[in-house]
Amino acid sequence: MTTPVWTNPVVRWIDTRLPIFTMMQHSAIDYPTPRNLNYWWSYGSLAGVVLIIMIATGIVLAMYYTPHTTMAFDSVERIMRDVNYGWLIRYVHMNGGSAFFIVVYIHLFRGLYYGSYKAPRELLWMIGVIILITMMATAFMGYVLPWGQMSFWGATVITNLFSAIPLVGDSIVAWLWGGFSVDNPTLNRFFSLHYLLPFVIFALVFVHLWALHTVKSNNPLGVDIKHPGDTVPFHPYYTIKDLFGVGVFMIVFMGFVFFAPNFFGEPDNYIPANPMVTPPHIVPEWYLLPFYAILRAITFNIWFIPAKLIGVVAMFASLFILLLLPWLDRSKVRSARYRPIHRQFFWILVIDCFILGYVGANPPEGHFIPLGQAATAYYFLHFLVVIPLISLFERPRAVPESISAAVLKGS
Amino acid sequence: MHKSLLAAALAFLLAAPAAPATAAGAAKPPEQAWSFDGVFGTFDRASLRRGLIVYRQVCSSCHSLSLVAYRHLAGVNFSADEIKAIAATVEVTDGPNDQGEMFQRPGRPADKFKAPFANENAARAANNGAHPPDLSLMIKARKGGANYVHALLAGYKDPPAGFQLTDGMSYNTHFPGQQIAMGAPLNEGSVDYPDGTKASVEQMARDVTTFLAWTAEPEMEARKRLGLKVLLFLLVLTGMLYALKRMIWSDLH
Repeated sequence: MTTPVWTNPVVRWIDTRLPIFTMMQHSAIDYPTPRNLNYWWSYGSLAGVVLIIMIATGIVLAMYYTPHTTMAFDSVERIMRDVNYGWLIRYVHMNGGSAFFIVVYIHLFRGLYYGSYKAPRELLWMIGVIILITMMATAFMGYVLPWGQMSFWGATVITNLFSAIPLVGDSIVAWLWGGFSVDNPTLNRFFSLHYLLPFVIFALVFVHLWALHTVKSNNPLGVDIKHPGDTVPFHPYYTIKDLFGVGVFMIVFMGFVFFAPNFFGEPDNYIPANPMVTPPHIVPEWYLLPFYAILRAITFNIWFIPAKLIGVVAMFASLFILLLLPWLDRSKVRSARYRPIHRQFFWILVIDCFILGYVGANPPEGHFIPLGQAATAYYFLHFLVVIPLISLFERPRAVPESISAAVLKGS
Repeated sequence: MHKSLLAAALAFLLAAPAAPATAAGAAKPPEQAWSFDGVFGTFDRASLRRGLIVYRQVCSSCHSLSLVAYRHLAGVNFSADEIKAIAATVEVTDGPNDQGEMFQRPGRPADKFKAPFANENAARAANNGAHPPDLSLMIKARKGGANYVHALLAGYKDPPAGFQLTDGMSYNTHFPGQQIAMGAPLNEGSVDYPDGTKASVEQMARDVTTFLAWTAEPEMEARKRLGLKVLLFLLVLTGMLYALKRMIWSDLH
């Protein structure tokens, strides 16, 4: 990469003191990108776009929202009814949460399929997992803010998870609540943290990109970039490809915002929170359902360890296990294209996650209990047993020599 | 309180099959054709006006509409004079005045719909212990939305033989558990429609549901109108971006 020469004197003056223009040139324009990325690679920049949308709409909403138990619900309805285009901002923010998770889950499964977590991208992957966990915490706290029935009872159920921690559990829960139940102090701190965490995510995304630009993008073939013919500059090739992706995404996203804004929501959250009335069926937002299913799958004590504690540990473990994936998968081949057995188990994992989501959405009774337990068992088996074994015994197909060799042969 | 919440969460987390039997499944509300359905849906103005009459003459004796102000009616073609007249039919408490005393005055367009009871306890005292919920968001706050509310209002029947109906409750095929504290609110001719429409139970249920669909989503018409423009714009823009993408990539393929 050559250092660009700036002709504009102001730009040059700044750049010799703070090389921000050179950095932009390197990271957003010249950045050498594999020439064979498919549209599954658009979801990374798409997630960035959604993050910006969420921060922008969230800042505006915070100007009108009142974080108090007696006023929060009505202040949200005032945004919906009396603030100019408040309904638009609020519906974009509300559906943006769901859109964010759809985009990020696709991004994550793309990484799983094409082996983007393998050396030298282990840290890149791990930062991504941390971003996902931070997103979940942010989304959970955001869902509490409108102070509807699901806000309140979701917060009650989830914060109570920490009471499973031996000895200090109850004290930790009281500390989280700022009292002896989910109440005004809880709402205040959740609002504060819900405003803070997106900026933490923003910083993590910056680190994620830094790592990415150090090790460069993976690609559908999973082979390393070997010579300049394997890559194209990010601009204009991927700026326009990603922009087209943003266009398609916006059509779907705006379709929900304008024509089915409550599709992803629960009707119960349009009932103001009432600590005296428990909804018959407490469910988290859809994007947390698989983890909720894992939490509830453990219905039995093991020796002296209570089921609740095991459930909580299993739920957190289901996320943290992703951090170990780069070392659980021993295969040298990245892309599932050349891994016939691994590819099949990838799709089994996808189906397993959908089953977990389905179980999480249903009450824990009847055949949902064994189904949830089987799906939970498979989830852990997949990462701890299936993936290591496949990577040892599978015979991968021949991998192309280089990106350009494969691309030029194909065309 | 702490212990009981914990117990509730625990019971919920680990809910065995013995979990409290959820209310016997209510009949699924039949799909109705609504004026506000679909991409081009708007609120049927005549039905909405009739629905307001039903709300004011029937529902409002127990149910509040606390998120809706009289002035909001301007959004569905009520004239300023009509709104003033509707608001002026109620007496609201205001103050304190310069003597430090609260006083009564006629309602103004900026007031919210006047609630029938001063507080929840008063509502329960007058309703056999039950609390008639606020109706502002009812259509959004129930699964099945407008279809459910319509089916519920028209779903009062005599209980089947052997059904144990608690004292003071009514049998309703669409309410979870089939027992509802609200007595059948609509009876043939409960209201007089000035436009001559026959006030059948079905007609009133339909009209008041349309009115409540508006109170739940007063922005709906503006939302759908803007949505069409936004989608049309995005389709054209995305088409152009695609053409540009093809053009830029053509030298690589």
